[in-house]
Amino acid sequence: MPVNHKKSPSLPPPASEVGIVVWVKKNLFSTYANGVMSLAAIVLILLLLPPLLDWAFFSATWSGSNRADCNEDGACWIFIANRIDQVFYGFYPAELHWRPNLAGLLLIGLTIPLFIKSFHYKNWLGAFILIIYPFIAYFLIHGGSFGLEVVSTTKWGGLMLTLILSAVGIVASLPLGILLALGRRSKMPMFKSVCVVYIEFWRGIPLITVLFMASVMLPLFFPEGSDFDKLLRALIGITLFQSAYMAEVVRGGLQAIPKGQYEASEALGLNYPKSMGLIILPQALKLVIPGIVNTFIALFKDTTLVLIIGLFDLLAIINLALTDSEWLGFDDEGYVFAAFVFWVFCFAMSRYSIALEAKLHTGHKR
Amino acid sequence: MKKITSTLLISSVLALAATSVSAGTLETVKSKGHVQCGVSTGLAGFSNADASGNWQGLDVDVCRAVAAAVLGDATKVKFTPLTAKERFTALQSGEIDILSRNTTWTLTRDGSLGLNFAGVNYYDGQGFMVSKAIGVKSALELDGAAVCLQSGTTTELNLADYFSANGMTYKSINYDTSDATIKGFEAGRCDMLTSDQSQLYSLRIKLENPSSAIVLPEVISKEPLGPVVRQGDDEWFNIVRWSLNAMINAEELGLTSANIDSMKTKSPAIERFVGGQGGKLGIDDAWSYNIIKQVGNYGESFEANVGLDTPLAIARGLNDLWSRGGIMYAPPIR
Repeated sequence: MPVNHKKSPSLPPPASEVGIVVWVKKNLFSTYANGVMSLAAIVLILLLLPPLLDWAFFSATWSGSNRADCNEDGACWIFIANRIDQVFYGFYPAELHWRPNLAGLLLIGLTIPLFIKSFHYKNWLGAFILIIYPFIAYFLIHGGSFGLEVVSTTKWGGLMLTLILSAVGIVASLPLGILLALGRRSKMPMFKSVCVVYIEFWRGIPLITVLFMASVMLPLFFPEGSDFDKLLRALIGITLFQSAYMAEVVRGGLQAIPKGQYEASEALGLNYPKSMGLIILPQALKLVIPGIVNTFIALFKDTTLVLIIGLFDLLAIINLALTDSEWLGFDDEGYVFAAFVFWVFCFAMSRYSIALEAKLHTGHKR
Repeated sequence: MKKITSTLLISSVLALAATSVSAGTLETVKSKGHVQCGVSTGLAGFSNADASGNWQGLDVDVCRAVAAAVLGDATKVKFTPLTAKERFTALQSGEIDILSRNTTWTLTRDGSLGLNFAGVNYYDGQGFMVSKAIGVKSALELDGAAVCLQSGTTTELNLADYFSANGMTYKSINYDTSDATIKGFEAGRCDMLTSDQSQLYSLRIKLENPSSAIVLPEVISKEPLGPVVRQGDDEWFNIVRWSLNAMINAEELGLTSANIDSMKTKSPAIERFVGGQGGKLGIDDAWSYNIIKQVGNYGESFEANVGLDTPLAIARGLNDLWSRGGIMYAPPIR
């Protein structure tokens, strides 16, 4: 009997299963409840989106120099354009903007090889970025050596300050958090209780209190005239605070690792650092990536709280611009712009986290 | 009760800090070459940074005047933006040399925080804003009115006092923020809006049509704002006090930054003003000349920052010279 080894061509789906009408019917109006909700959503979009787009784009004013140029019906983006230098750099001297720019570009340049699969020195490069790069960035932005003029931290501000605060908070709080999480699960009672007290203390107070103490009460306990940098105080406060949250996220991951893994690593004769570093933590951290990124995003947004201690982060700069008597009353534009910038960064972090999960999905993927 | 305890705690800590502060702000300022000035984190017309980051405003000019007097250069000021809660600590801890941040002079602050108020550079007070359309000339015509106000402030209490003292009734409509208050006013939720007068003017700009509202002449509370220095450093206190007084005296004498060079010998009072009194304050004899030449007199500063030609359009009112119906009065320089 002759066997036909050729694969017969797949037939197109029946006409009743394709086309935009069918897709709409299947996805939007499959049941009555679904249909009602779809309709409600469409009405809401039609009601909200056109006026919003009209305000933000079509009727908006894009060029001009003062409030007289503004179109009454739309957003007046020249308010932002007028202050864009401050929004990005705060009071950082304009002729020195190349320094933070260079620091940023350097970071981007250093990070790109980490995403290239065939690059073999990722560990070394990673260590360089985490350990050496912060010093380079500090010398570039702050100055004071290699003939660079000092720009004191009181002049730092805007998006630059927001990024510095969150980057330092993120980079410093993760290792601290891991140590605390391990400490909390330690069998040594002293070590364990110190970690528990630390975590519960910092989780028990609001960040705003921490910043407030760091900025208002702390200086009273130093000898008069000793100028302990305000930004540094805020950074230490944010890091200590955030590491407690990070510790609990990491501990969640540690608890999800089956006991067999611990026993297996002991059976292999690995000592504690090795069994943690090679067996337990890689699995645990992979599990809690969503939690870690969640904490990072929260931290990124929490940095706006520094405005209560007189540091000019992105939001505080917008607030300051809003009190310019030439530009009073442009609150909508200011806050919408700030929200947009924050959204861009948070969305990027969230996409990165999803990509990272997909890459490390070994073993638990559904 | 809790509030009282925390206030006591803070004031005792502040008092403790005050005792540890050593005298000699003048020497410190001279050796570091600039005056460190505490300002607000942004208040239209009083202290605000422009698009290129330069601080300007009525409060800022006080600091510039002190720098001109002490260092001969009004630009030698560095600014520390402070929130309302931080401001006194920053002064006590020595982080700043002068606090010039729309701070109301009250007995409690003067007496218990280890601070001294060096004078008044703006007489503020609670006032009313009404829509022009209703044609009211005085707050006393507003019996039974609906009033928009920010809740949880002394504004509320002052308003209640004022209306009950005049045997009138009102209906208060409360908002959480000043922005919400002005939106409510614009939407016609109330007949008038009450707040500190300096704030009324900046709220008015936020109206779609600012000229549709007027600020009534009544002022129902006293909010004298002025520069503050640490207690226990009389030399510095005198310098700040007389820098401000020099600006007010100069306006009285008709001296401005433009005419001070040509007016120098016009009258004995002017000669006394520009010539050689600085030694008594421990600073250069050209101090008053430098202030007026570089910063201007009080009237110039007022008009440039908050006056009728600025968007805020605040009339001089109480802040006019005593000789013109206001209460700005400075002791003579002689």
